[in-house]
Amino acid sequence: MKTPSLLIGALLIGALIALVTAADAGAQVPPGEQPVKPYVQSDANAAAEPFAGDHMFKALHGLAGIDRIVTRMMDENRNDPRTADIFRAADFVRLHRTLVEQFCYLTGGPCHYSGMGMKEAHEHMGVQAKDFDALVEHLEHAMDKEGVPFRDQAKLLAKFAPMKRIIVDQDRN
Amino acid sequence: MKLLILAAKSMVAAAAMLALPGLASAHEWAWGGKLDLTRGVANVEGAGGGGLATWALITGNETTDGVGGELSATYVSLPDYTARVFGGGVGLFDRAEITVAEASFDTGATGAKLGLGKGFTFDQTIVGAKVRLFGDAVYDQDRWLPQVSAGAQYKVNDQRTIVRAVGADDSQGVDYYVAATKILLDQSLVLDATVRATRANQFGFLGFGGDKNGGYTAQFEGSAAYLLTSKLALGGEYRSKPDNLGFAREDAAFDLFAAYAVTHAVSVTAAYVDLGDIATFRKQRGVYLSLQAGF
Repeated sequence: MKTPSLLIGALLIGALIALVTAADAGAQVPPGEQPVKPYVQSDANAAAEPFAGDHMFKALHGLAGIDRIVTRMMDENRNDPRTADIFRAADFVRLHRTLVEQFCYLTGGPCHYSGMGMKEAHEHMGVQAKDFDALVEHLEHAMDKEGVPFRDQAKLLAKFAPMKRIIVDQDRN
Repeated sequence: MKLLILAAKSMVAAAAMLALPGLASAHEWAWGGKLDLTRGVANVEGAGGGGLATWALITGNETTDGVGGELSATYVSLPDYTARVFGGGVGLFDRAEITVAEASFDTGATGAKLGLGKGFTFDQTIVGAKVRLFGDAVYDQDRWLPQVSAGAQYKVNDQRTIVRAVGADDSQGVDYYVAATKILLDQSLVLDATVRATRANQFGFLGFGGDKNGGYTAQFEGSAAYLLTSKLALGGEYRSKPDNLGFAREDAAFDLFAAYAVTHAVSVTAAYVDLGDIATFRKQRGVYLSLQAGF
């Protein structure tokens, strides 16, 4: 009878250690997000230089406006058959957070970008040129709804446009 | 001049070869996808461009993933003449375009004054090919490098006897051009500069080469447009033309245009156009209207 109780004790201790470890790892993954493979965090991962001054951040109506723009853009991305497949397996909580950070950082807002680089983030997603154009369309719609003036929309698109070279066609090269 | 033509010809050939591996490896190619107004509109020769100028942009709504097409109808009303152009084109993988246009130049009542008869009409078929050599006018926003394309337009005029009678050497000819187009998104600007080697008199309506000058000359086309919104562009264009015929001076052409993307597929262009003197009739200034559908 001694052996089983020892075994149960060992199992209990093992489970406890596992729980503690999990909680420890959980501290690094923000609530609601799935863990990702480790990478070096840096603002350079945002893949562009931020705008000088805070004109663009204000044009997007600050953090609250950026949050609405990203929400609308992602809703359209998920509902448009042209882009829905790209996001089928995405962690939307994490994607939303990192996109808001990226928009905020690049428009000169008080944020840092903690997401992955554009290459790592889009690896094996198979984004095609027409998909990228659809994403741009969704961003335009979201900025229209937010009431961002066209000139400022164009400036922001100019900032994001060169990322197409990194995001599209990765698996073909 | 011969060098320029040779250079243009070899660029077309080289670019066609560049495009071929793209054709072979293009899997899952699809229709459509290009952003509004980024295919340009169809110009007077049926090629992707502004109204008068030919741009480096590739016609059709396709991206590098697929094929696209475009249909256009253009009407130009001048004090003494009327021109109509019906065109169609196919764009391949945002790399090459092939266009065909039927253009007619109706002399109306002026025909009688010119001794040609009332309603005398010059008809011209234009077959064009254009290949994008390098650059992406839309997405290369971090580089000054424009999108550059080379192309050729083969024009056949159906009034051989008349164009020769007014002094032209030929009733058919080929234009060669190199076009550079850049969209400066952060300035909301679209800029184009095109150099064309041509013998065409009045776009080819009055034949090719002439008693005053028979050979190719280099001509310049320039466009500048301001994007008011993603669907509305306002701009102006300039196009120089050869002056080959002794009987009538030929002038450069200008326009001021508004292009509007009504839907993703349909756009309209309205312009005030100044074509200068045409066949001794002075100051041909009028209205240019064009409707096009891209898919």
